[in-house]
Amino acid sequence: MIAAILSLTLLGAALGLLLGIAGRYLAVEGNPLNAEVEALLPGTNCGQCGFPGCAGAAAAIIDNLAPATCCPPGGKAVAAAIAERIGLALDLSGVADQGPQIATVSEEICIGCCRCLKVCPTDAIVGAAKQIHNVLREACTGCAACIERCPTEAMSMRPVPVTLQHWVWPKPAFA
Amino acid sequence: MSEILLLLISTALINNVVLIKFLGLCPAMGVSKSMDAALGMGLATTFVITLAAGASWALEHWLLAPFELGFLRILTFILVIAATVQFTEMVVKKSSPGLYQSLGIYLPLITTNCAVLGVALLNVQQGFGFVRSLLYGFGSAVGFTLVLLVFAGLRERLAHARVPAAFAGAPIAFITISLLSLAFMGFSGMNIGG
Amino acid sequence: MGFMERFVSKLGSHWGVHPDDRKRPAADAPVRRMPMPARLYVPLLQHIGTAARPTVLVGQQVLKGQPVAEPQGMVSAAIHAPTSGTVVAIGEIAAPHPSGLPLAAVTIEADGEDRWADLVGASDPFAIDPLEIGKRVARAGVVGMGGAAFPSAVKLTGSLRAKIATLIVNGGECEPYLSCDDRLMRDRAAEVVDGIRIALHATGARVALVGIEDNKPEAIAAMSRAAEAYGEIKVKPVPARYPMGSEKQLILTLTGREVPATGRPSDVGVLVHNVGTLVAVREAIRFGRPLVSRLITLNGGAMRAPGNIEVPIGALVEEVVAFANGFKEAPARLLMGGPMMGMQLPDLRVPVVKGTSGILALGAAEVAEREPAPCIRCGSCVRACPVGLLPLEMAHRIASADFSGAVGLGLKDCIACGCCAYVCPARIPLVQYFNHARGELAARERAKLRAEAARKLAAARAERIEREAREKAEAAARRKAERDAARKAAAPATTTEEATA
Repeated sequence: MIAAILSLTLLGAALGLLLGIAGRYLAVEGNPLNAEVEALLPGTNCGQCGFPGCAGAAAAIIDNLAPATCCPPGGKAVAAAIAERIGLALDLSGVADQGPQIATVSEEICIGCCRCLKVCPTDAIVGAAKQIHNVLREACTGCAACIERCPTEAMSMRPVPVTLQHWVWPKPAFA
Repeated sequence: MSEILLLLISTALINNVVLIKFLGLCPAMGVSKSMDAALGMGLATTFVITLAAGASWALEHWLLAPFELGFLRILTFILVIAATVQFTEMVVKKSSPGLYQSLGIYLPLITTNCAVLGVALLNVQQGFGFVRSLLYGFGSAVGFTLVLLVFAGLRERLAHARVPAAFAGAPIAFITISLLSLAFMGFSGMNIGG
Repeated sequence: MGFMERFVSKLGSHWGVHPDDRKRPAADAPVRRMPMPARLYVPLLQHIGTAARPTVLVGQQVLKGQPVAEPQGMVSAAIHAPTSGTVVAIGEIAAPHPSGLPLAAVTIEADGEDRWADLVGASDPFAIDPLEIGKRVARAGVVGMGGAAFPSAVKLTGSLRAKIATLIVNGGECEPYLSCDDRLMRDRAAEVVDGIRIALHATGARVALVGIEDNKPEAIAAMSRAAEAYGEIKVKPVPARYPMGSEKQLILTLTGREVPATGRPSDVGVLVHNVGTLVAVREAIRFGRPLVSRLITLNGGAMRAPGNIEVPIGALVEEVVAFANGFKEAPARLLMGGPMMGMQLPDLRVPVVKGTSGILALGAAEVAEREPAPCIRCGSCVRACPVGLLPLEMAHRIASADFSGAVGLGLKDCIACGCCAYVCPARIPLVQYFNHARGELAARERAKLRAEAARKLAAARAERIEREAREKAEAAARRKAERDAARKAAAPATTTEEATA
């Protein structure tokens, strides 16, 4: 009885001590994956995922609090890259990727209030007070941050038109 | 020398832990979706099984047998295995964060991998010496890794196959591994070492 | 030769397929010239690379051969007016492409005079500096006329720099049905040879090997006769086998050297040009004539009068077919280019472009439309693949969206020749899988670049906000300092005032 208690206690204590020492030498500061996943995200901190910036989203994805597909501007490409990096099997076929979108200004409604320019994370909207604003197609990431800022609902998200350079052969229906 | 070789072949192929003894099926099904993860899991398990086989021999011969504490065998073995797994987890987390992420819950679950405990208990049952215990553990672990890799390779191909909806996913994986098990039964015809 | 070499050479000699070539009787019919249509739709992107930028305005009068668009960027080609007339629109036209998406185009209304602009030719091209030849070819907007439409000037000047030794002239024309290159070599062999000599001069290559498939004996005879006087030009018949006209396969057959997977022909000291391209180069150098028309093959069971026609660039397929007496039956499939690699046309209102080698209207009897069946892993496609890939494995991976797996199996080396789909007993549309995967990969690449650009923009914005805040703070500090200084300056004054008061 005594021997059993003693031996188990000693064994546990010895192993605990060893692990404690090992833990000190093999300590990992933070999660090195965080920085890597953050680098894969667009980095515009647009907040569409609901996390504070891309760093927050990266941490959430790694802690399994958010799916790898949580970044709408990144779309399928970013989701696939993240899944590959953290070794997640990801079924992208179910992801509703409605394709890249960009913001557009309806010229007849825009009053030139400049509110949208201030929130754009990539400075993709040009304009001045009392002038009709416009979106630079190349710079817009489609984060939709400007949509709710517009007092006259002149901003809307439209899919980027498919051109010959962007057209992709459809996957054969069979198999 | 030939005895060592025979022991290794016997444990890795003829008495394969997964396919013949049906031990450690949980990781065999869980971490066999990709070759990379399977290799990582296999190496981690090999490390744990070999270390646990050695440690359990030491426990048995220096603690349990002299003090007649045979009834504590499973308890102490689990303790040692858990410590080894914790150590392995630390090493993997430090050296390969990607592998750590992809192994996920299956890494700490090596503790409850019955192949690990099974090998340690079988060692005691068969009364092996220290070196033979280590070899027995290592051979079993190599067999485990081999099955994991072969099965992962099969499943990687299976992912591209057109499987009927009712069989998609786990069912076809079970069918595959049972066929693999049948194939490994062929090794038992190899009559080596009596 | 050791055992292994013999074994490997046996392995490598199976590539390709032997489709029924169906080139005759179209190849034997004399070339017809299409009269100038009333309107021409000249696309601004007829080549690989960046679209040209229009340099004319709506309503402007243009002469035949006058540039209407200039190249943009490194890989691009100039576009010229195919006839004299008025620019009536700079708009869009359906592209000769399976998607049928619009393509920017200049619309020219012909005035019927077909008057050439002032052109500067050269009576002795061999006196011109090779670099200058490249420039003139670029000015003439010449692109590869075998189908890929790569700007020729880029290739010529590039190979001058790469110091290539051999010019390979591609007269293979391995696609069934097509015979425009065959016709060109039969009728204008002297011009082709002159073009070869100019290209030799422009690239500094010492020898030219003319590869012609042995199913074109008339072309081989005509070219051999024309090249007799020039020792550096050798006409080499090659076995008729698809895809012999593919750059890498022709190089392998003629020189025995294999172009590395990710390399270019210049890596083995070779430059490949199509016979049609060389004639266009000759026209550009000798007469200063830009590429404004080309020979195309009209063929297929549904075509009433198959044959080769000289067509101005920008003519609508509809009008070309009408000139050739239309269809004798409703075509089951309409193709631009050959049956193996050609583009399926969504409709007939698309323009002929520089890379159009033919228009095929296949009859119902020629199109064996069958539902694809499951892959039986027979390996026929592996034997047929001229690049030595595993088409079935790549298609399996692409079907389950594992694109990186397909790339690992060599998707990027695929030349989309269609041999695998041609031999597949299960009729699996293998090439469509590969095209789909390439498109998806390109889209991902673009998305990645976009994300990178967005990150840079976001960083620039953060810097701007910080700078503005700093400047504001500095300005405020300056104003405060000025105010303080002013107050200080004013303060003694007030005290003296008080004192005097």
